[in-house]
Amino acid sequence: MQSDAEKGSMDAPTLKARGPAAEGDPHIRVRNLNAYYGKVQALTNINLEIPKRQITVIMGPSGCGKSTLLKTFNRFLELTDGAKLSGEVLLDGQDIYAKDVDETEVRKRVGLLAQRPSTLPMSIYDNVAYGMHVHRMKRSRKEYKEAVRHYLEIAGLWDEVQRRLHDPATSLSIGQQQRLCLARGLAVEPEIILGDEPTSALDPISSLNIESRLLDLKRVYTTVIVTHTLRQAKRLADYVIYMYLGEVIEAGAAREVFSNPKHDRTKAYLEGQF
Amino acid sequence: MTTRRWERRHLAEALVKGMMYFSIGLVAGSLALILWTVVIRGIPAMSWEMVSMPPEGGYFMGKGGGVLNAIIGSLYLASGGTLLALIFGLPIALYLETYLGESPWGRYVRLSLDVLWGIPSIVYGVFGFTLMLAIGLRASLLAGIIVLALLELPIMVRAMDEVIRRMPVDLEQAALALGSTKLEVALRIVTRQMLPGIITAVLLGFGRGIGDAASVLFTAGYTDRITTSLLRPTASLPLAVFFQLASPFPEVQKRGYASALILTVIVLVISLGSRWISGRLSRYTIK
Repeated sequence: MQSDAEKGSMDAPTLKARGPAAEGDPHIRVRNLNAYYGKVQALTNINLEIPKRQITVIMGPSGCGKSTLLKTFNRFLELTDGAKLSGEVLLDGQDIYAKDVDETEVRKRVGLLAQRPSTLPMSIYDNVAYGMHVHRMKRSRKEYKEAVRHYLEIAGLWDEVQRRLHDPATSLSIGQQQRLCLARGLAVEPEIILGDEPTSALDPISSLNIESRLLDLKRVYTTVIVTHTLRQAKRLADYVIYMYLGEVIEAGAAREVFSNPKHDRTKAYLEGQF
Repeated sequence: MTTRRWERRHLAEALVKGMMYFSIGLVAGSLALILWTVVIRGIPAMSWEMVSMPPEGGYFMGKGGGVLNAIIGSLYLASGGTLLALIFGLPIALYLETYLGESPWGRYVRLSLDVLWGIPSIVYGVFGFTLMLAIGLRASLLAGIIVLALLELPIMVRAMDEVIRRMPVDLEQAALALGSTKLEVALRIVTRQMLPGIITAVLLGFGRGIGDAASVLFTAGYTDRITTSLLRPTASLPLAVFFQLASPFPEVQKRGYASALILTVIVLVISLGSRWISGRLSRYTIK
């Protein structure tokens, strides 16, 4: 397993880091955020700062609002009937819920890796090229081809699919499909990767493979992952947010929260009392 | 491992399996027998003249000519009816799915469609005829097309409804997450996913339309000429088969079987063709 992860990072092309990590302004800033499904309040007065180019892990028991919070970052909450929201989510200081903001532009900047890989009804190649086509990001077939290869390499899938790029995406194993979804998401050049329990449908080896990609990619992308496995949180997190019943109980650097939680509820969760 | 003991449940298993094989054999056998009859009796009377010429005077007493009038009439009727049914059916299917869903109204609409599906086509024919009398339309291609559209609508809508209901929810979200607009999702993703199923639905409608005799009996009429106007009567293959088989002349009866063979081949070609197209298209669909 270890060797698989290492091999993966070796054949990935070198990612250029975009300046020093962590220091400076937070990438996402949440201010007084409240969210409702109908009359049920799902998020209560959330205030957060999510650091640039680190992996932030949101933890908490089922139904605590982790996924709801994540959905507010790429304007996915509004796809749910009856969902309402107040407050601000600032991306590099700009409120993504401001009136003149185009939600498709937000979703281009903030990629999503869903719980189950959901490939598009087209070939492996077209799955990666789709987003670039929609946003008209390249000028020639050659540019598209190169970009598709580039992102498949970053996702660690190129070696496995280079001879069958025009096969249906559904012909891949589920772990490969999730890496394809990663490549597809990266191809539209986002700044942020959201992961909604992105490994929960995968087998252990595929999970570790995805994890090693994410660790690799944090030099370039700000990453926010929702997970319900504590061990995964410990493997990935630079920064941790603990939620309970729609509120943020504790947020801080991973090392501190894991070793010395300030709040009793966090402590109880970390000790497995849920 | 011990040897299997023949308990009651094993007996039941064998019995049910036997019944399934019997049913499949019965259905496949009947189909083969029908095809066999049509082919064996149709081939002798089959000629280039049959498919290339309209009937000459005295055709129904054994003189020369063919059934080109009915071939073209049937293609006009079924194509027109299918197109009209699709134009009205697709919005109904989409409305059913997006607005009514599994609500009580949705269930009533689906139930009504299923009931309409079961109504004998002669009732559609009479209904169409009554309607024509009311608005002063005479037996014509147009009237035939309208009645066939009504006949095809229920089966087409229900088939499309099933296709749309099987659309994976995650798929739209996946495309939206990449920054697609809703129109792009509809055109590039949803259509691609659903097209093979919609083609199948259209084919089901077409098959029902082209093979139906009773609904066009009063509404489209019959003529020995090749129809050139929507407002003129038109011949159709099912009625051609009916009239010829009812003839006392053996050579005319044989031509009836030949006409049935032509109809069968048309349906077969269209089925296989659209199967092939929808197979090509569904290579990439998410199952």
